[in-house]
Amino acid sequence: MKKPAKNSNLSEALHRFRSYRLAIVGVVVISLVTLMAIFADIIAPQGPEFIDLESVRQPPGNGHFLGTDDVGRDVWARVAFGARTSMIVGVGAVTVALSIGITVGLISGFLGKWADTILMRITDGFMSVPSLILIIIFIAIVGPSLTNVILVIALATWPTSARVVRGQVLALREQEFITAAKVIGVRTPTILKNHIFPNLLGPLSVVATFGIAGAILTEAGLSFLGLGVRPPISSWGQMVNLAQQSQILLAEPWIYVPSGTMIVVTVLAVNFIGDGLRKAVDPKSVR
Amino acid sequence: MTLTVVFLGLDFAPGDELDVLLTPEAAASLTPEEMAEKRAELGLDRAFPIKYGIWLKKVVTGDLGYSTSEDNDIAEVLKVTVGNTAILIFSALFFGIIIGIFFGILAAIKENTWIDYVIGSIPIFIAGIPGFILSLGLIYTVSVKMNLLPSGYMHSLTDESFLDLVKHMILPVSVLSLVLAAQLVRYTRASMLDVLSSEFIIAAKAKGISNRRVTYNHAFKNALLPVISVVGLHLPEIIAGAVITETVFTWPGMGSLAVRAAGGRDVPMVMGIVIVVAITVIISNLITDIAYTLADPRVRLG
Repeated sequence: MKKPAKNSNLSEALHRFRSYRLAIVGVVVISLVTLMAIFADIIAPQGPEFIDLESVRQPPGNGHFLGTDDVGRDVWARVAFGARTSMIVGVGAVTVALSIGITVGLISGFLGKWADTILMRITDGFMSVPSLILIIIFIAIVGPSLTNVILVIALATWPTSARVVRGQVLALREQEFITAAKVIGVRTPTILKNHIFPNLLGPLSVVATFGIAGAILTEAGLSFLGLGVRPPISSWGQMVNLAQQSQILLAEPWIYVPSGTMIVVTVLAVNFIGDGLRKAVDPKSVR
Repeated sequence: MTLTVVFLGLDFAPGDELDVLLTPEAAASLTPEEMAEKRAELGLDRAFPIKYGIWLKKVVTGDLGYSTSEDNDIAEVLKVTVGNTAILIFSALFFGIIIGIFFGILAAIKENTWIDYVIGSIPIFIAGIPGFILSLGLIYTVSVKMNLLPSGYMHSLTDESFLDLVKHMILPVSVLSLVLAAQLVRYTRASMLDVLSSEFIIAAKAKGISNRRVTYNHAFKNALLPVISVVGLHLPEIIAGAVITETVFTWPGMGSLAVRAAGGRDVPMVMGIVIVVAITVIISNLITDIAYTLADPRVRLG
């Protein structure tokens, strides 16, 4: 049974992606979380910041689908708006990190020589300190807030994509179609844009997906430590943080269990998509 | 060397030590001229390379400055906390390596049986569960529900014995070593499978050596080679994991210190911690390289 030759690379990749069941589960879960994030205002009309002092620490039910937290905010609303925070941080941080990473990687890989040496030493410097520690330094300097968390995660994680891009560019640069393009006089920026960049999309989609999972996890961790998103903006990590109070940990699980579950499910789902993409892009890789 | 360059970039950050030292009210009462005078006093107005030189000289001589959030000399604070963190990390490394290698090899020997599938799927889930949720889960079940182990701190108030320390260590070390083991299982399995299918193993089997002996004497040693480098690569991750784990278990180490310092915007303190972490990572890379050459004579440093 032969597939039609038209656009066969893409359709084969799609086919390999679809054959990995967990990736499909991941896509479904992430679509749901994304819908939750987009329509947070509609599905949780009371909003995450409304404080109802009449009903503090209420168990689920009674007009509050998932109960209320220690100051009387609706847990369901905070979970829904937390999805928005997670998605903004995940996508935002990866977008910024990729833009830096692609630029550095392209310059480094294509220009080579001293530019390569300098840029790669800088990435080495970044990579020799654990990224969470780097993030904590930046947070200590700029202070915690939503924008800062996004920028700081991006600043600490761009070297990974820079490395991937550089490696790919080095491999591509030696290929004949690039030499051919140079010979017929195509300018360097055009070569980068039309010939190199499309070939990077595959590996970059994998890096980006795992990057989103990492950023969501980091944001949750930072907010858990009190170094991430500040109240009143809601974040899943922040809600889990409340479980450090023994009263809440023992007697009021509805406050932290939903957000904790959301973190685990979302991160797993994104990781599954990443695995699926990796299989789709590079069929030789196993497990 | 490159690390120092990174630290320096950070020195440029908006807001200098003066902003931290002075309360907002005190700063408001000063005129710009007085502010400038104060800055000169602290050497903050000098050119960047000079500041860098002074800073570097101080670091080399062990003077890391004064921590505003801990209200103590940074080097002193670090001396106490580094040890506490080291106990945690070394124990986690020890158990993580043993658990990881054991299950990795088990999975490889039982390739494509249910044992392999179970061992193979656990790391995927551990990768999705953040350390703090795992830690809280353990505190909830082991410390609170079963009341078996303490949920935090390094010692009980009255008991300073070694046994007491071990009791306090079990939970945080389990979390850290699980995360490492989850990574190692994958690599050990892959590397063991690789070795098991190589020609010298087939030759050994053909000579009539028992399966057991082939696995443990011939394959095992060779399968461990790549694992050494993986351990080295994951050390930074363990240090990062310790930051969160220490905070959850209120372990008085460098990680929880870093979180407190960052929360209090105590940049010099955080820098001090970063210097220690960076040095540790560099040393561990060196040790990894040396261990690698010792274990595999085919590899030469150079």
